[in-house]
Amino acid sequence: MDLNYSIEEQDFRAEVQEFLAQKLPQEMAQTIRAGRELGKEGHDQWHAILNAQGWLAPNWPKEFGGCEWNAVQRHIFEEESCRANAPRIVPFGLSMLAPVLQKFGSKAQQDHYLPRILSGEDWWCQGYSEPGAGSDLASLKTRAVREGDHYVVNGQKTWTTLGQYANWIFCLVRTDPEAKQQSGISFLLIDMDTPGIEVRPIILLDGTHEVNEVWFTDVKVPVENLVGEENMGWTYAKYLLTHERTNIAGVGFSRAGLEAVKRMARSQMHRGRPLIENAHFAARLARAEIDLMAMSTTNLRIISRAASGQAPGVESSMLKVKGTEIRQEINDLARRAAGTYAMPFVSEALEGGNEPEVGPEGSAAVAPQYFNYRKLSIFGGSNEIQKNIIAKVKLGGGA
Amino acid sequence: MNFDLTEERQMLQDSLRRFLRDNQAALQASTRLGDGGSLLGFDAEIWSKLAELGVIGALFSEEDGGFGGAGFDLTTVFEELGRAGAVEPLLDSAILGGGLIAALGDAAQKPLVEEVIAGSLHLALAHGEPNSRYDLAQVETRATQAGDDIILRGRKAVVINAEAADYLLVSARESGGPSEEDGISLFLVPRQTEGVSLRGYPLLAGGRAAELDLEDVSLPQSARLGAAGAAYPALKRAISRAEVAIAAETLGAMETATSLTRDYLLTRQQFGRPIGSFQALQHRMATLLIELEQARSAVINAAGHLDADPDEQALQIAAARNLIGRAGRLVAEESIQLHGGIAMTEEYELGHIAKRIVMADHRFGDTDTQLERFIDHSAA
Repeated sequence: MDLNYSIEEQDFRAEVQEFLAQKLPQEMAQTIRAGRELGKEGHDQWHAILNAQGWLAPNWPKEFGGCEWNAVQRHIFEEESCRANAPRIVPFGLSMLAPVLQKFGSKAQQDHYLPRILSGEDWWCQGYSEPGAGSDLASLKTRAVREGDHYVVNGQKTWTTLGQYANWIFCLVRTDPEAKQQSGISFLLIDMDTPGIEVRPIILLDGTHEVNEVWFTDVKVPVENLVGEENMGWTYAKYLLTHERTNIAGVGFSRAGLEAVKRMARSQMHRGRPLIENAHFAARLARAEIDLMAMSTTNLRIISRAASGQAPGVESSMLKVKGTEIRQEINDLARRAAGTYAMPFVSEALEGGNEPEVGPEGSAAVAPQYFNYRKLSIFGGSNEIQKNIIAKVKLGGGA
Repeated sequence: MNFDLTEERQMLQDSLRRFLRDNQAALQASTRLGDGGSLLGFDAEIWSKLAELGVIGALFSEEDGGFGGAGFDLTTVFEELGRAGAVEPLLDSAILGGGLIAALGDAAQKPLVEEVIAGSLHLALAHGEPNSRYDLAQVETRATQAGDDIILRGRKAVVINAEAADYLLVSARESGGPSEEDGISLFLVPRQTEGVSLRGYPLLAGGRAAELDLEDVSLPQSARLGAAGAAYPALKRAISRAEVAIAAETLGAMETATSLTRDYLLTRQQFGRPIGSFQALQHRMATLLIELEQARSAVINAAGHLDADPDEQALQIAAARNLIGRAGRLVAEESIQLHGGIAMTEEYELGHIAKRIVMADHRFGDTDTQLERFIDHSAA
């Protein structure tokens, strides 16, 4: 048992800190810190900065241009990035599609798509969920029918995150309607410019446009855009999900969130004293911090096991449940800390315009974020589905 | 013991519920965030019809020109508003604004109450300040004498309904330290008065508010409501009534949230069956229904003690709002979770209802502040 990072890991952390201090634009960090939207340009800019450093693809093997960092290095990078208020790296191409292409894609697909992900030429989005297939993803109905050298795709995908920016979408489609649910699904890469695709915005309850519906009407997709074998898509999708769940605990985000709450609670007065000195608020804050300290070690325990080659199984479900509960609790604290100033909705201040916030620094974002982050326990396999997985593994098939 | 509504209140409840249900589309349209939202913050036509229906009058006693005004009149009206997710400023124009004029106004000022009841006058209470948080006695805005006039200087925070208001009821200190109850006066300030500037904005849960800058606002002595420096007890009383109304409104919204959730559990199919057939979800739904009944009782306790002695009244209101703060958060969050993604959309009704529930906790004292008040009054 040794709770300290090795000398090499400490050196790595210093290197990351140095990079962030030099290369992360201050204005960008300010945008993230205030909880404002970064927009496509901002994401592209950060993407390019990381690519120039060679740090864009921490989880990719070196042969594809990645860093091939181990799990502990990736954790350190995430932690320092969050601490510095660096933007989140948009994961769809880099950490979701790419691992699938690297494992199951053809040489031609790897050579074509992977460099374009790094260069930022392609912005990928994910076509998984459908209106009738959420937690029960395998019941998806979007059809792809083979006609000569292409598939014809018809159906509807939903909750497509940042699909409005994407020029490509990777989709799960049903190619064999007769087969048992999971067995008739294929994994297709679809150019968003193909005729028959329509992207419709879904506005969320905090007024943001981050997800979309994507409709497919007789969309012709060349057969060479099939990944791996026909009807094997479910296997690839499950493989992808194991990658979606790296950094699922979001410890770095929680730490940054907790710091933001403390900043606000120091500046807000309650009964003539700073709110942070108020016993009730301090107790809430302390409980969240205590949970986070333990979560952080749980996360590191699982990460070091993964670094030594053991694949995380049920543990990633545990991290998802507890990690999202803690993040949501911290968002609740932020809302409380802002007091009356949690109520205004100044969308211009959130979109990064010139309109100043109404209340104290960061207050404009707290309530919209509190509601927006209810999604954390819903997406990526809802927390109920994660608990089913834990129960099934620990209690047997009867769960 | 009798927990039934009187016949009059039952009729009021029925007609208001029917009216709000029939006008659901207009109500929802006026609460949209972004460009679709109302510039007024609410639907003016619905406001006049509420007045015609007698809903505003139900919030005032006969003595003040209404035909109700008791705790259970307030809860009857506000539970329905909450159920419908309505954001019409009955709290601001009637309970706070109208209530304070009725309590403190002189013969020249009191006729304004009639206009409020008729639906032709809007009011806003400009009391909270950037540093006051939930502390009702914290007033740094100053009122000073300059010859025959009174000069107001200061800033007011999150003044709900300010842009629609014909008059702002501005609290300002004429004497005493910044957190003393004594020395606070209320002034009736026409919104267009020179030196009054508003920065208006929408609220996340619907409606609009403004930051108010008071820069050497010159008023005649006749603008003061009540005696100099003595407005605090009336303010406290009006805000207590508002707190009972907020609790009832939140209860109504919680009823809608649980009812939408129940319907969704019964209809949404996953894994070949309704998701409400999964025991893990059934138990969570059961918990919400238990908490909903607790919330209902808390509102009854508070409304039933609105005219009790001040300590008992304050204790009961703090208890109700603390309980509703806790139960409301649970209902809002669990209703969203049990729905899944659909509840995250602006289009689906639940999102707005959940925002009403949670953001109500930010008016006049949040869950923890209510806990402190309860402890203070239990010790008293």
